Amino acid sequence: MIELPQVRNISRRFARVWNRNLVVYRKIWLVNFLVPLFEPLLYLTAFGVGLSALIGQVPYEGKELPYVVFIAPALLSITMMYNAFFENTYASFVRMYYQKTFDAMMATPLSLEDIIAGEIVWGATKSVIATAIMLFVVSLFGLVEYPHGLLILPLSFLGGLAFGAAGMVFTGIVPSIDMFNLPIFLFITPMFLFSGTFFPTDTLPDWAQSISHALPLTHLVNLCRMLALGEMHPAMILSVIYLLVFTVLLFPVALIVMRRRLIK
Amino acid sequence: MAEIVPIIDAQDLRKVFNGTTAVDGLTFQLFPGECLGLLGPNGAGKTSTIRMVYAFSPMNSGSLKVFGIDIETGWREIKARIGVCQQDNNLDPDLSVLQNLELFARYYDIPKKDAKDRARQLLQFIALEHRANDKVTSLSGGMMRRLVLARALINNPELLVLDEPTTGLDPQSRHQVWERLELLRANGLSILITTHYMDEAYRLCDRLIIMDHGKILVEGGPADLIRRYAGEEVVEIVNPGREVREFVQTSGFMHDMLDHRIILYGREDDHLFELIGEQFCKEGCIKRMATLEDVFLRLTGRGLRE
Ligand SMILES: Nc1ncnc2c1ncn2[C@@H]1O[C@H](COP(=O)(O)OP(=O)(O)OP(=O)(O)O)[C@@H](O)[C@H]1O
Ligand SMILES: [Mg+2]
Repeated sequence: MIELPQVRNISRRFARVWNRNLVVYRKIWLVNFLVPLFEPLLYLTAFGVGLSALIGQVPYEGKELPYVVFIAPALLSITMMYNAFFENTYASFVRMYYQKTFDAMMATPLSLEDIIAGEIVWGATKSVIATAIMLFVVSLFGLVEYPHGLLILPLSFLGGLAFGAAGMVFTGIVPSIDMFNLPIFLFITPMFLFSGTFFPTDTLPDWAQSISHALPLTHLVNLCRMLALGEMHPAMILSVIYLLVFTVLLFPVALIVMRRRLIK
Repeated sequence: MAEIVPIIDAQDLRKVFNGTTAVDGLTFQLFPGECLGLLGPNGAGKTSTIRMVYAFSPMNSGSLKVFGIDIETGWREIKARIGVCQQDNNLDPDLSVLQNLELFARYYDIPKKDAKDRARQLLQFIALEHRANDKVTSLSGGMMRRLVLARALINNPELLVLDEPTTGLDPQSRHQVWERLELLRANGLSILITTHYMDEAYRLCDRLIIMDHGKILVEGGPADLIRRYAGEEVVEIVNPGREVREFVQTSGFMHDMLDHRIILYGREDDHLFELIGEQFCKEGCIKRMATLEDVFLRLTGRGLRE
């Protein structure tokens, strides 16, 4: 029997679930802010000061970019991915499995779908907050062109939804919290390395380039880099469509696996 | 005359978990203002039944109406009008005591200001105002249970569903919870409760359902069930000899023959104790009132549940 995602069970009440996470987040906002504030400084120092001397300029889309200019947008994209993915895997799993927060919520008028939608939108929100802070920091170094760079914020929401939905799918199927190591090893780490983040994808062999272009982070990095460089390109539409389709496909899958897991 | 609409109307409820039948054709009703108790050994299907009633878990077959609304279509409205105290304490450990109530109110769409007032009132009701800003993990088991009860009342429910509200509490805390439940009952709240404490069931419930293996064994008022299944007076004979065993077997009285004990159930005017005592009991005979626990054990057996 084919299960259909119960999308119509989503109501505006999903915002209550989102709000619960926001309240908890605000309690330790300082700690939450510190990471996106200082992480780019670490990377920029290591790569900008350390590696730049060795690497010099990086060829990208027919231009020669200083290495820090090349990687700054990648750092932003990785932040989007990490914030949403880790929120909707480890953090959501803890709420679901250890704290039974979802069980308590399901005794209220909230539907399971409201809860999952609230969690994923929260993951995307965390991605936006972290991106905004980091964007501010890298902008201080003159690494982002404005006004184009402002579009990185809505992009971080879209990227957050995509990676949050992917994370939630794993949360719906992993038997235990330790098992998240597997999708991280197979999915997140390869993307972190091979999505045109720290070196351009065209240095890869053809087959690896094809794989790389099938990965969502590659598209996110490309979009982010174009915006940070202050450029608009018709091909960017394709990357946006890719991320939209990725989200629209995975979100219902997340609803299905979570329903299968929690509704007994 | 208009017929009274039952708060819960369950017809032939069935719940199957990959092959094992947890609830096997349960039919029952709960009427307005009533406190109905579900009793049964571990694994009898109490929690499974209750979860269907608050639309947490879908039934495999049967029909279920709450407040006269079909649960399949009206689950959201039904859940908005029920208060639930689940078997586990699933308070939100990331939030303070007060926030646990305030944010829970928001799940019911209660406006922020009303949520604040209601949360304060309820903290007072459970005598935890002084702990409002503490972490819930710092509360004792009894305080947590009281907070779960308060949380279940946040939406002013018309039906309160309680799954073992006092399990694991000390006598003081249990009495505290009981007093509050009695107050709510006096105000006309309908209650569906499961418990393993027979004194709790006796004290709180108007009507009881004793179930096992997902089926109803008997149904009735607590006192009525005791009269029917355990008589009025009980005599326990410790380490009975051969003659007394024979006497009991031929006497025609309700009794249970255990390895080292005979339990005899009779009416007051049967004068069991005098009858047995004079003939057989030098010592080791106990006379006491029949209780709900006698009924429970007689109906569900004395064997352990795996
Ligand atoms: N989620 C589940 N998956 C599989 N089986 C389940 C599930 N929940 C309950 N069961 C089974 O259904 C039966 C009834 O369980 P239920 O929890 O309803 O019993 P209970 O009367 O509440 O018991 P207790 O007094 O121990 O709380 C048991 O055999 C139990 O193992
Ligand atoms: Mg139970």
